Amino acid sequence: MMATLLNRKKKVDDLAETAGTSLAADAFRRMSRSPVAIVGAVLVAAFVLLAIFAPFLAPKDPFVRYPELVENLRAGFVPGPQPGFLLGSDELGRDFFSRLLVASQQSLVVGVGATIVGLVIGMTIGVAAGAFGGWVDTALMRFTDILLSVPSLLLAISIAALFSRGSQTTVIIAVAIVSVPIFARLLRGAMLAQRHSDHVLAATALGVKRSTIVFRHMLPNSLGPVIVQATLTLATSIIDAAALSFLGLGDPDPNRAEWGLMLSKSQTYFDVKPELAFYPAAAIIVVALGFTLLGESLRESLDPKNRR
Amino acid sequence: MALLEVRDLTVTFQRKGSAPFNAVDGVSFDVDPGQTVGLVGESGCGKSVTSLAIMGLLPKRGNRVGGTVSYEGTDLLTLSDRQMRDRRGRDLGMVFQDPLSSLNPVIPIGIQVTEVLERHRGMARKKAMVEAAGLLDKVGIPDPTRRLTEYPHQLSGGMRQRALIAIALAVQPRLLIADEPTTALDVTIQAQILALLKELVTDSGTALIMITHDLGVVAGLCDEVNVLYAGRVVEKAERHELFAQPRHPYTHGLLASIPRLDGARGERLNPIRGSVSDNIPWDTGCAFAPRCPNALEVCTQVTPPQEDIGGGRLLRCHNPVRPGTPAVEEVSV
Amino acid sequence: MLRFIVRRLLQAIPTLLILSVLVFAWLRSLPGGPAGALLGDKATPEKIEALNKVLGLDQPLYLQYFKFLGRVLTGDFGNSLISGESVLTEIGRALPATIELSITALFFAVALGIPLGYLAASNKGRFLDNFTVIGTLVGVAVPVFFLGILLKIVFAQNLGWFAPSSRQSADIDATRVTGFATLDGLLTGEFDATLDALWHLVLPAVALATIPLAIIVRITRASVLDVLNEDFVRTANAKGLTGQVVRRRHVLRNALLPVSTTIGLQTGLLLGGAVLTEKVFVWGGIGSLLAQGIERRDYPRLQALILLGAAVYVLVNLLVDISYALIDPRVRA
Repeated sequence: MMATLLNRKKKVDDLAETAGTSLAADAFRRMSRSPVAIVGAVLVAAFVLLAIFAPFLAPKDPFVRYPELVENLRAGFVPGPQPGFLLGSDELGRDFFSRLLVASQQSLVVGVGATIVGLVIGMTIGVAAGAFGGWVDTALMRFTDILLSVPSLLLAISIAALFSRGSQTTVIIAVAIVSVPIFARLLRGAMLAQRHSDHVLAATALGVKRSTIVFRHMLPNSLGPVIVQATLTLATSIIDAAALSFLGLGDPDPNRAEWGLMLSKSQTYFDVKPELAFYPAAAIIVVALGFTLLGESLRESLDPKNRR
Repeated sequence: MALLEVRDLTVTFQRKGSAPFNAVDGVSFDVDPGQTVGLVGESGCGKSVTSLAIMGLLPKRGNRVGGTVSYEGTDLLTLSDRQMRDRRGRDLGMVFQDPLSSLNPVIPIGIQVTEVLERHRGMARKKAMVEAAGLLDKVGIPDPTRRLTEYPHQLSGGMRQRALIAIALAVQPRLLIADEPTTALDVTIQAQILALLKELVTDSGTALIMITHDLGVVAGLCDEVNVLYAGRVVEKAERHELFAQPRHPYTHGLLASIPRLDGARGERLNPIRGSVSDNIPWDTGCAFAPRCPNALEVCTQVTPPQEDIGGGRLLRCHNPVRPGTPAVEEVSV
Repeated sequence: MLRFIVRRLLQAIPTLLILSVLVFAWLRSLPGGPAGALLGDKATPEKIEALNKVLGLDQPLYLQYFKFLGRVLTGDFGNSLISGESVLTEIGRALPATIELSITALFFAVALGIPLGYLAASNKGRFLDNFTVIGTLVGVAVPVFFLGILLKIVFAQNLGWFAPSSRQSADIDATRVTGFATLDGLLTGEFDATLDALWHLVLPAVALATIPLAIIVRITRASVLDVLNEDFVRTANAKGLTGQVVRRRHVLRNALLPVSTTIGLQTGLLLGGAVLTEKVFVWGGIGSLLAQGIERRDYPRLQALILLGAAVYVLVNLLVDISYALIDPRVRA
């Protein structure tokens, strides 16, 4: 009797898992045929590779002020491209191209860091709310409602302003908090929707432990929308982080190479050398677009409405 | 002359990346004025697509419609979108399966009735409202003036379907198409709605095309029945003939699979084996052959032609059920 | 309907109350506490302690909170550390500029977004649709501040079509009535002032409108596509209604429900985007107050702005809920 019960539990587990894998395989198959997904994946892959290898790819030391550039710096003039300096100088006589490359690391770290922090906190809240229900659910959702009731950039600003001096960590925290309520609500919604679905009822009827049901049955099946949201959050996190930098809430160290900061500093030289703004902005746009395209095509391929 | 003549109606769905598929494959039938014709078959047999093709309601892209649909001599398939809009609701009315989703949730019932009257009769809103109240009353909705101001979610399922019928018949079209009008309703309500439909079409002399998978509905309503399988008419007969003596094994199977209250205790149900997905293409043979208890070798090799077997009956079968075979046979499993 | 509004209003109160607790907690967790924040660079432990006494910060927390709440409710947010003025006066002066900018941007986004989304949906899969969809994806990925800078370079500095910054040209001495630069000119008859204000308004409004526009287009498109597949649209077509009536009464009305919610959420984006846009265009509204407040860590000002921003956001979404109920009878119950 006990053996058959265990056997059945195993079967239910297997069923839940195969449903998950075939779904993922199905989604992957559809994505590999979509040009939008491919463009997004290529952009993202290029960005990640670039960020990892930037120190080796950069032709010059991004933090050194080169005398041959500095001596040409004048009020209202920033040296343009010249041998050895592909895109010329930045406003302090450093190699603009190398700084542009290395800055990708900042964006990757902040984007991924903020998304992971937001994801972990948000998922914890969402799982707790979805799994326990009752007053825990009410309290947690009330909390996320409040976070959602503050406009997102305003929320990031107020969190960032809590720290007397900005740094990479404070930016990550500020940007992450913005995505917490979104992940929490999403996961809770997906779990609630499953609470009365047949496979969960079946597992419950078979006497499977609640924690097992939550982690083996409900959570894996809720992951689709969460992965989509995480991909989209990578894009918004990078943009939000740049916005905080632009507003002077980032790490104030002028030595640091970071697209948002470069953009902000370039404003003064806009008439003189608009490329100083254009390249970092283009970098932000391309990276954000890559994650957005990937996320959107992922959403589309996971959408049951599109399954045939 | 027939009111509606459908000849060789073919609807081909063409989706990017997959082979074209004939949802309706050379269907022909007539509807005389005041006559009730049934289109019967399992889901996926093409009966709903046929009705949408007649109404010109198929999506504009992704499909091709061939053949002719003559309404009083005019081929509806050749009409422009604008001309067709003039006819829909005026000459041809339609009642759909799910009354809740078929009514606009954010507009009061009254407007949904009067807009047909305004469109085809040129009535002013006020006058149309009075008329609409009369229509609701006629389809058996109590307190019609109050109901006119209510929204679909405030009505019961049966009342919603009555409202839809009132809309479809508002301008007294000569032909009404009802696509599974009772499927989404409770059993007790089903009978009421069918009785209402019957009464209305009899009173007004409206011809009715009844689309259903339910032979019980056919038995109570239709003069003539077309049985569809995989997009083709496999058997056509007058109602009594069909029930008394089904010739196509598919029709026979459909009748046999109805559970009978008067059947012996412990009697087995007789479902048709397999499912619609087991078909073979009509080009190679009989689509029903893989599921057919009477199948011969020829059935999978030669497409059965449609034959006139007398008494106004048409049949498409190589090895029909012999007359006299009981509807429920002793099945040895 | 009135009961619905009252209920929603009552529901907003706890949200705002909890929000005030959070802002209070935020103020308390600032580096060095509120006193440290007020003193800024001049802070020494002795000074902080002395100021804590003056500010009543040595009292129990709950008492402090109620005092804080009392001050907030009476509109007393203290004085700005930068200007020494009452924060509320500062905000009152800057508010019309931001409202003017945000409303213009929202108007652009809605007036362009809904037709564009509708057009894309009704041409699904064709060039126009694909182009629009890709455009919206790019639109969301462009940082507002960069777009502002770009517009400024191209259309103000190079082409000279629009003003590069500020709300009004220096040589125009407009009379202020409402604080809205465009409106004041109309009210006082100084039409050149209105034209000048519009000349300044275009670029920042376009920059600020981009992201909301992209989102509204996407939501409208998705929502119209959903509605086009609804049964009631088929019913409307089956009635023979003209294309225009089907689109306006049946498709658009239902499709706008999710769009209206989105427009409410856009106000949050607008508030955030306004901060960035105002910095780029030296606009001198709430965003400039905020940006300056951040730079100088002017906590009384920041606290007031956060609380007001959130309150506005909650109230706008309340208005959206109410308008939602006006369109959709199902949520009124």
